[in-house]
Amino acid sequence: MRSLSIPLLAALLAASPALTQTAALAQGDTLAQVKARGHLVCGVSGGVAGFSMPDGQGRWHGLDVDFCRALAAAIFDDPDAVRFIPQSSAARFTALQSGEIDVLARNTTWTLSRDTAAMNFPVITFFDGQGFLVRKSLNVTAVKQLDRATICLQQGTTTELNTADWFRTRGLTYQVVTFANSEQTLGAYESGRCDAYSTDKSSLFGERLKTAHPEAHVILEEAISKEPFAPGVRQGDDAWRDLVAWTHYAMLDAEEAGITQENVDRLRGETLSPDVKRILGLEGKYGQGLGLTGDWAYRIVRHVGNYGDVFARNLGDGTPLKIPRGLNALWTNGGLHYGPPIR
Amino acid sequence: MDRASGRTRPRSGGRGARGGRRVPRSPRALALQALVALALAALAYVAATNASEKLARQGITAGFGFLGRSAGFDISQRLIPYAAATATYLDAFRVGLLNTLLVSGLAIGLATLIGFAVGIARLSPNWLVRTLAATYVETLRNLPLLLQLLVWYVAVRVALPEAQRPAAWGGAYLSQRGLVLPRPEFSGVAWLVPAAVLAGIVLSGAWARRRARRVEAGAAPGPIVGPALALVLGLPALAWIGLARAGHPVPVAWPAPGPYGPEGGLGILPEFAALLLGLSTYTAAFIAEIVRAGLNSVARGQGEAAAALGLSRAKTLALVTIPQAMRVIVPPLTSQYLNITKNSSLAVLIGYPDLVHVFMGTVLNQTNQAVEVVAITMAVYLTLSLGLAALMNAYNRRAAPGMR
Repeated sequence: MRSLSIPLLAALLAASPALTQTAALAQGDTLAQVKARGHLVCGVSGGVAGFSMPDGQGRWHGLDVDFCRALAAAIFDDPDAVRFIPQSSAARFTALQSGEIDVLARNTTWTLSRDTAAMNFPVITFFDGQGFLVRKSLNVTAVKQLDRATICLQQGTTTELNTADWFRTRGLTYQVVTFANSEQTLGAYESGRCDAYSTDKSSLFGERLKTAHPEAHVILEEAISKEPFAPGVRQGDDAWRDLVAWTHYAMLDAEEAGITQENVDRLRGETLSPDVKRILGLEGKYGQGLGLTGDWAYRIVRHVGNYGDVFARNLGDGTPLKIPRGLNALWTNGGLHYGPPIR
Repeated sequence: MDRASGRTRPRSGGRGARGGRRVPRSPRALALQALVALALAALAYVAATNASEKLARQGITAGFGFLGRSAGFDISQRLIPYAAATATYLDAFRVGLLNTLLVSGLAIGLATLIGFAVGIARLSPNWLVRTLAATYVETLRNLPLLLQLLVWYVAVRVALPEAQRPAAWGGAYLSQRGLVLPRPEFSGVAWLVPAAVLAGIVLSGAWARRRARRVEAGAAPGPIVGPALALVLGLPALAWIGLARAGHPVPVAWPAPGPYGPEGGLGILPEFAALLLGLSTYTAAFIAEIVRAGLNSVARGQGEAAAALGLSRAKTLALVTIPQAMRVIVPPLTSQYLNITKNSSLAVLIGYPDLVHVFMGTVLNQTNQAVEVVAITMAVYLTLSLGLAALMNAYNRRAAPGMR
């Protein structure tokens, strides 16, 4: 003991200044840090089909993944300059706050308490609502028929709160069983522990595909909540917040202007309307304000595509999910997506 | 078996743990120890100020004020009244803590029963009993606990009938949603029934003490198990029948099949049952080995002497071998009890709402108060473990007699 204590003491004292330095990087200019590092670090969910999921070769796919790729394309002209780190729903906010990730694109619902307590939500990238998956054999068509049913939920999500509110305000009762992750929740539902499995509707399409007999389950039409999914950034970095917001707006404006991944290079050589020229960076220097080059939006569309391209590739009719555009159509088609002008 | 002998030290191989206190310390050693203590305190101070500064800079608000805020989520198993609409995070904490205590307490009792039975069976002269016990121990303790929990929760549950077609037996229903039992309501005059149980326990204790005094005075020991069972079970049965005769029958909530499975009554959730069974059978394998080691540590002459006196094998175990083995059994047994308490947090993986599931899962996520929530949870487990260890050590000092 005696022979140990002095070196031990010295080691402890020597380590203490090191402790004080690690977290300091979390503050300040995120864009400068990302540029210096050479790649973006993006927090994703890692297991939600259509939003973020690695394929057999380990390449990431999904709407959230493509959002991060668009951000990387705007900064580095390289959609692969991203490192994806899967985040549990419990660890995601701390990971962002501590500087472990630059942006959290993890189908996270924008709520007031999260906005004020933990982070900023620059823009809504997907409009969702909470839905229910039930067995067809139950012949349930509306959520209110689930009175007295047992419902499987994933804990730590807004789903837990919405369900409690919805059933209580209608004077209905239910039994809840909650699990830490979606695999356990779906497993419990499928093995007969629950009558219904409730989570964001967009996830239910993918979850249903994971069951042994997808055709035996039905997703109820009704949504019982508003779930606006938004990427999260740290508070106190307005420039980074602007860049994240405008990455999404660029994809919306491109879709509205008819610029797609497929035609963007061809369009560049043609005579164009001024608004298309501004998006493609052929007129004005709009990228400068974001700390980027003039062709930032062109890079996004060329490497990743416009919002419609991304939606179709990850969620739309061409995919097994077949999620309808619905609220996620452009405002010109009756949806909620509306990009402010680039000018 | 006088009390003083319990404090005598073993004749051979004294551990000298108590002797260390009497060694005089040199000033140099004292100064060095003070220095180490000071350095540790300084380090803790630096770490604490550093953490609070970093948290403040990241906009994470510290403090325990969040415990009073409204929780707004439901919990599947509640031992105290809890409604999502009015409950606070502190209520959710209480519900989780009680669930942890319930499953740990019952698992400790069950694991001890199974463990002693298997441990004794391992030393049985009967080949079949011995081999079965050995197989139990080697299977259960060599498979990961998590795997065993999943077997109990998934494999066993799936084998049960569907919720809409439960197996019914005497007013109870068994299905994939768990076991639903008729629940007696001990309100009004019906409190007499639980009171009778309590009285039965107190009277049994008095009977046991009286019997011990008689034995010390040299009289033959009278029966003990029969009278105790009669008191603990008979008194409440009498109260039950008496109340019914007097026109105040104890009301019973009978479960009934509903559209989504059996409803009403006392529900035992599959998550709870799986965790309880998994924890107790797993830990019982370790306890069995501890019991076997303890029994083997008692000198063989003790058993032979008891046999020479004409005591049966059961009496020899109960009166001679086990009491002397306890001083070897209790310290490692304490560790197993602590393991049960801590392993109960594996509840998270099968959806049982224990402290970690409710508090570190949902509450942490809703409030983002990671530091506070984790600190509280650690403090709870530390308190539980230290309390349990202190209890067992006190028992060991008082009750376990020395080696003969």
